[in-house]
Amino acid sequence: MDLLGFTIILVKVLVVFAATMLGVLVMIYAERRVSAFMQDRVGPNRVGPKGVLQPIADGIKFLMKEDLVPEKVDKPIFILAPAILLIPALMTFAVIPFGSSINLFGREIALQVADVNVGVLYILALTSISVYGIVLAGWSSNNKYSLLGGLRSSAQLISYELAMGLAVVSIILLAGSLRLNDIITDQQGSFFSWNIFRQPLAFLIFLIAVYAETNRLPFDLSEAEQELVGGYHTEYSSMKFAMFFMAEYANMITAAALTVTLFFGGWDVPLLDEGSLGLFGTLLSVLSFLLKMAFFLFLFIWVRWTFPRFRYDQLMRLGWKVMLPLALFNIFLTAGYLTLKALG
Amino acid sequence: MATIVKSYEPTFWDKLYLPALMRGLIVTFRHFFRKNVTIQYPDQKHIPPEGYRGLHRLNKYPEGRIKCVACEMCSAACPADCIHIIPGPSPWDGGKERYPVRFDIDLLRCIFCGFCEMACPEEAIELTEIYDFSDYTRDDLVIDKEGLLEVYDLTKDQNYYTKKNLSKASSVNTSIDT
Ligand code: SF4
Ligand code: SF4
Repeated sequence: MDLLGFTIILVKVLVVFAATMLGVLVMIYAERRVSAFMQDRVGPNRVGPKGVLQPIADGIKFLMKEDLVPEKVDKPIFILAPAILLIPALMTFAVIPFGSSINLFGREIALQVADVNVGVLYILALTSISVYGIVLAGWSSNNKYSLLGGLRSSAQLISYELAMGLAVVSIILLAGSLRLNDIITDQQGSFFSWNIFRQPLAFLIFLIAVYAETNRLPFDLSEAEQELVGGYHTEYSSMKFAMFFMAEYANMITAAALTVTLFFGGWDVPLLDEGSLGLFGTLLSVLSFLLKMAFFLFLFIWVRWTFPRFRYDQLMRLGWKVMLPLALFNIFLTAGYLTLKALG
Repeated sequence: MATIVKSYEPTFWDKLYLPALMRGLIVTFRHFFRKNVTIQYPDQKHIPPEGYRGLHRLNKYPEGRIKCVACEMCSAACPADCIHIIPGPSPWDGGKERYPVRFDIDLLRCIFCGFCEMACPEEAIELTEIYDFSDYTRDDLVIDKEGLLEVYDLTKDQNYYTKKNLSKASSVNTSIDT
């Protein structure tokens, strides 16, 4: 690889990393404001204009707090766990294309950090690793509440990852590839070629599973504060707690990006050929990607402040008895349709 | 006669749950645009309704004479036993030969029941709408006669919380200067 290529990749990594971190800050602010508005309150409005600097104030607060490591915890794992959760959360975004390619310095630059040919698998694998962070945090804390939180999280993961994977399989069947770029290309064209219209059932299953994956309400059983104090992060404080916090939002951002990529045509602007418009088309595609993402991020918050938490047995029942059979049924339908089409 | 309690049977539509979820989302979305109900204390102050029982005051006649005749009906009525009066001969002429030399109310013991104002034959003691009179020490929360008379000046126009110069007026001095 030549120097220019290396620089380009470095810049892309930095941009995506910075954008994700900024996204986390925006999400922290948005969550507090939106939840306040939904409850007819005002929310944070003191730090900076309209309170936009609140996340920074929160960050400073986290840094200043005492970093407490309880005596009886399993120290190495206790310290490692937040990192295990946060790092995969930040890594997942690497394979998500966030715009059509641009021509700069005489070469075509794809707006994507790494064009992995098994992008979907990469994401599914990394999100599963991040759950180890929760499980290990719960286990190493040496606290019954943390342990319960971790246990729930692992059980929840197994039940929902399956349904989510199977929902994605039907998308992969349609696109015929595991590359996210191919999946996006497959959805280009008219408005109705987006996967949401071709695979509504898969979308529904995927969306529900994503909420379970990111440990958001109504599936936040691993931190259920009313039953488990704080769940897996009960014993954590200061920056380590902030890392869990950031990981949750980073996960949400990736999940929203993935939902957009798989079901809403990624950066695709409907009824428009981005390639023919040059730089403007690229900008438009990035904008369209961000807008779609923003909607799903809003949906995350919206859902959180609307629905109550599931009971544990309800969660399991929904996962194994409803979502899994439905996802299998959906694969069956998709495969049948494709076979019929191939036969003519 | 036995009543038959019909148990709730969810229909197929109910069992889908999705319509109900959508309805829930719509409810929260509508609230998103609704006017918020927050009163941004201390920038804005809640104005209590009429008849609110807050900080006490000792009323004065228009010419400035204190209405209280130190009959100690209020301290007798007080269930919290927090009104302490030292009576003395009144320095003013024209009947009513008693007046309170000292009149202290321990606001930390007071339960703001309003019995004192009901017991008073002279309508001399009254509870006002002032609710924010916190302080740092126990001593500071024993209000004396001068303090009570000052509260009267602050509240006699019934505009304690609507007045423009709130910042000055809001610092009611409840401390005893002994
Ligand atoms: S309000 Fe009640 S408790 Fe308070 S001083 Fe009056 S009588 Fe006593
Ligand atoms: S405030 Fe009223 S009840 Fe109390 S001593 Fe004075 S006149 Fe009597």
